[in-house]
Amino acid sequence: MNGRPVQILLRVILALCFAVFPAVSAVAQGFAGLGAAAEGFTQPSRDIPVSFPRDHGPHPDFRIEWWYLTANLQDADGTKYGLQWTLFRSAMAPEEKDGWASPQIWMGHAAVTTPTAHYVAERLARGGIGQAGARADPFSAWIDDWEMTATGDGIDALELRARGTDFGYDMTLSATGPIVLQGDRGYSVKSTGGRASYYYSQPFYEISGTLRLPERDVTVTGTAWLDREWASQPLGDTQISWDWFSMVFDGGERLMGFTLHDSETGDFTAATWIASDGTPTPYPNGAFQSRPLETAQVAGRDVPVVWQVLLPDKGIDVTVRALNPQAWMDTSVSYWEGPVTITGSHPGRGYLEMTGY
Amino acid sequence: MMASGMSALMSHWWRNPWQLLTLIAGLALATALWSGVQAINAEARASYAAASDVLGGGDLARLSRVDGRSLSTDEYTTLRRSGWLVSPVMQGILEAQGTEFVLTGIEPLTWPGASPGAETGSAAVPGGLLGEEAAVLAHPDDAALLSDIDAPVRADTGRTRGRLLADIALAERLLEGRGRIDYLIVSPDQPRGIPDLPEAYRISVPENTTDISRLTRSFHLNLTAFGLLSFAVGIFIVYGATGLAFEQRRAVFRTLRALGLPLSRLMLLVTAELGLFALVAGAAGVALGYLIAAALLPDVAATLRGLYGAEITGQLTLRWSWWISGLAMAVAGTAVAAVAALIRLARMPLLSFNHPRAMSLQAAGTQHILLLVACAFCAGGLMISWLADGLVAGFGLLAGLLLGAALCLPVVLSAVLRLAETRAGGAVAQWFWADSRQQLPGLSMALMALLLAMAANIGVSTMVSSFRLTFTGYLDQRLSSELYLRVNSDAQVIEMMPFLVSNADAVLPVVSADAREGGLPAEIFGLRDHQTYRDNWPLLEARADVWDQLAAGNGALINEQLARRQNLVPGDTLSGGDVVLGIYSDYGNPAGQIVISEALFTSRYPGATARQFGLRTDRPDALAAALQERFDLPADALINQQDLKAFSLSVFDRTFSVTAALNVLTLSVAGLAILISLLTLAAMRLPQLAPVWALGMTRRQLAGLELIRAVSLAVLTGLLAVPLGLLLAWVLLAVVNVEAFGWRLPMFLFPADMLRLGALTLIVAFLAALWPAVRLARMPPQTLLRVFSNER
Repeated sequence: MNGRPVQILLRVILALCFAVFPAVSAVAQGFAGLGAAAEGFTQPSRDIPVSFPRDHGPHPDFRIEWWYLTANLQDADGTKYGLQWTLFRSAMAPEEKDGWASPQIWMGHAAVTTPTAHYVAERLARGGIGQAGARADPFSAWIDDWEMTATGDGIDALELRARGTDFGYDMTLSATGPIVLQGDRGYSVKSTGGRASYYYSQPFYEISGTLRLPERDVTVTGTAWLDREWASQPLGDTQISWDWFSMVFDGGERLMGFTLHDSETGDFTAATWIASDGTPTPYPNGAFQSRPLETAQVAGRDVPVVWQVLLPDKGIDVTVRALNPQAWMDTSVSYWEGPVTITGSHPGRGYLEMTGY
Repeated sequence: MMASGMSALMSHWWRNPWQLLTLIAGLALATALWSGVQAINAEARASYAAASDVLGGGDLARLSRVDGRSLSTDEYTTLRRSGWLVSPVMQGILEAQGTEFVLTGIEPLTWPGASPGAETGSAAVPGGLLGEEAAVLAHPDDAALLSDIDAPVRADTGRTRGRLLADIALAERLLEGRGRIDYLIVSPDQPRGIPDLPEAYRISVPENTTDISRLTRSFHLNLTAFGLLSFAVGIFIVYGATGLAFEQRRAVFRTLRALGLPLSRLMLLVTAELGLFALVAGAAGVALGYLIAAALLPDVAATLRGLYGAEITGQLTLRWSWWISGLAMAVAGTAVAAVAALIRLARMPLLSFNHPRAMSLQAAGTQHILLLVACAFCAGGLMISWLADGLVAGFGLLAGLLLGAALCLPVVLSAVLRLAETRAGGAVAQWFWADSRQQLPGLSMALMALLLAMAANIGVSTMVSSFRLTFTGYLDQRLSSELYLRVNSDAQVIEMMPFLVSNADAVLPVVSADAREGGLPAEIFGLRDHQTYRDNWPLLEARADVWDQLAAGNGALINEQLARRQNLVPGDTLSGGDVVLGIYSDYGNPAGQIVISEALFTSRYPGATARQFGLRTDRPDALAAALQERFDLPADALINQQDLKAFSLSVFDRTFSVTAALNVLTLSVAGLAILISLLTLAAMRLPQLAPVWALGMTRRQLAGLELIRAVSLAVLTGLLAVPLGLLLAWVLLAVVNVEAFGWRLPMFLFPADMLRLGALTLIVAFLAALWPAVRLARMPPQTLLRVFSNER
């Protein structure tokens, strides 16, 4: 139904394969053997539906979890920007402990993309001491001085900030539509084998604030998309990479779709059409199609940066083009994530994530 | 033809296995000394790289509380949540099986440089601190001792003995609350726009950040120079051995040529043969070098730790780099040693007789050339020292002087022998001196080796001994208080002061602040006027009334390092306006120091209070115990002057054992060179000895004369080595040391040491000459008779 658990798993596999650096392999040790049974960790269940505000907070008895926010922005001159704020949680054991002995490990990624530059920062922390964490009500998620904190009920209004050595941002968000429960009321099946996660989104944020760039501060406005997901038992280990699209069309509809590349069974696609009132329509494998049209040299590899995306059932045939092809996330586990512009049958804007390149 | 030629060449070695052994042994020994020293250096360098490691936080700045207390986890979290990128370090003593270990707990997730995006130069955090494999990392030797602690332990060669590394959670549990966050490592890459640091904290660059590799560079250059010297000495052996082999195989060469083997083929065969020997001997030498390095490394490690605080692991790992370099040195050395012999072979007429006398006459002609080359070397050394800066200049000067002096040796010895010859009465004496002089060209290489070995011995041991004497004397002066106390907070000072005043004979506060002089960091001290200082302070240069002037606030004392760096003499004015009243020696400290009176200091730095105190007392142990008991001081807060001195001496003794071992090794190599040279000559000299024997001198008498000759030549060489060695010591102390550390050491002479070395040299020369002499004494008369019947 969506790509995020796959993403995190693949990140983990990448981390294990390349053993990029010890701290991350230490983090990755928490994910070791994810393909097999997740012993001791809680499994998602259809009988326990998603419930708010409880589920805005962390679930330490699940192995992995994230708060994933992306935004398409533009300034008074019409210059386009992208913004990312992500907090990952991974557990080495299905519990939380106070103090340094906490088995919960947190990782934050922040980025700002301009047409000519891409700024990235990363933070790592452990739970138990308050340096990083999340809270359901009143909602807040944070690592160091980065935070996403509610200023009203639930997650309808948020403050968002992060900074790195050469950039930072300070944003306010307010939702103009409902939270969208993915899959079966938030129970999102990932394979015929029964693997599943809890998954909901808030794709209807309006966002405004200040981007602090090395040369100047920029006042921007735009739209943002929050994904929340937690799980214990990710997908199989033959799924090696994916291309994930979130699209906001000028008509007010949203589309989430991804292509997952499996080394044994070939490509698998899935998508969710979200009407402007928030009503979701899920699509099975094959309905959504994405084809690379152009590649660019990014961080020493060939990465597709122009795509054709098709969803014939809704008459969608669009060209998705990276705002800045060099939006490479040079973090512990590296990947491409950046804003895109959409032209064709349904013009709009969105975000693209690609791994495995 | 090639095969039979090779077997003909090789047959020589089967008939003379001892000669083969000396050739191989000489080359192997030379390679061993070289590669042993290289191994030690490589190990130490690798250790320095690892030592900027996690344990100390390397050169990263530290954040700590202004009041000296440890930090709480909440304080850490608050700083992180305000944006400061800091990482906690927790330290404490862990006792296991009666041994104390320093356990350092770090937080791998926030350690600076842990993220690939962060561009810090910090060493990587070792893996296996977090997660299911989480363990205490310990040096392999320590791991066994830690079997009964309540945590998994893993051996890690990257750790230093006595120091353990663990994740902060594990460290906190093992230290049972004794562990607190001692300080936070501050990432060099802070986010933009973070708030100011709260006043309760300060950031400091750790004191031991003076670049260890720079400080220890001179030590390693010393070692390298020693290794190179040993190698040079070893090459003399190879020269001797190949020369002997060529000499003895002249007949074989002639026969092979006469049988139709082309010269080029013969040269190829000989080169191949030597190449084979070089590889075999080189491999043996590298293996032997490994043993030497393994034996010396613990002492070197202790020396470096003591002198510079540099931690090296004391454990040797085989590195392919010095296998290669060892073998390359062996091959190159053999080539250098054999090139003369090969040229002679190439020029050898098919039907010629080699006559030693002819060789000597020819040598007389080359003496002038030698002298010229020697002068060129000396001039080159002086040029380098004049043109280049720093250590390179010092060692360039050394190399030039040593090589120049070595090349002068045959000329000087020849002149001395000629003088002795003219003074000698009686035919035998005259023959003895003349014959000695004739042998000189054949022996000169070995004697040069002896000269270099002895000079190096004298030079290095004079330097080390002078260093020791000066340093201990300096410690006596500078550490004039019996106890030194360091206190962490002003509150504690106030608490302790009444007790100190009533229990110590005198309390001398040491108050200091960081300053800059000439753009470089310097420390400024406020000194209380006290008789202790007037009696003991190690002044190098000073005005007459220096102490009264200082007490009156009319100027400052500066250390020698600062004076040299800024070219200051008493009477000059510092950038702060103080007049230099005097200059004191301050060994072991790379930074500049300025000393002013306590009153002047207080007026300039009103906020600074003394945290360090010198305590005068008759009963230091009792006072220390009382302080310890009453105020519950940490172990490093009190330093007993006696312990510090004892420790310094032990460091020197370790250094001595290293130099002593290297001395014995180089001397033995020189002895071996003499032995081989004498063996070579013994074969060539029969035509000269036979007539003397025929005139009535017995073989035993001749053998005795041979022994006397060897010993007297060694004595002459030794006499020449003394000034050369002292010159070497002077360059080491006055040039190299100043360049390396910024201070100059006075030179002391140690006649007893030199006599001991002289005696050792005589014994070595005697032993080297004994075997050829005994062979001569036991030589069958018909061998001598055959000289007359033989065409040769």
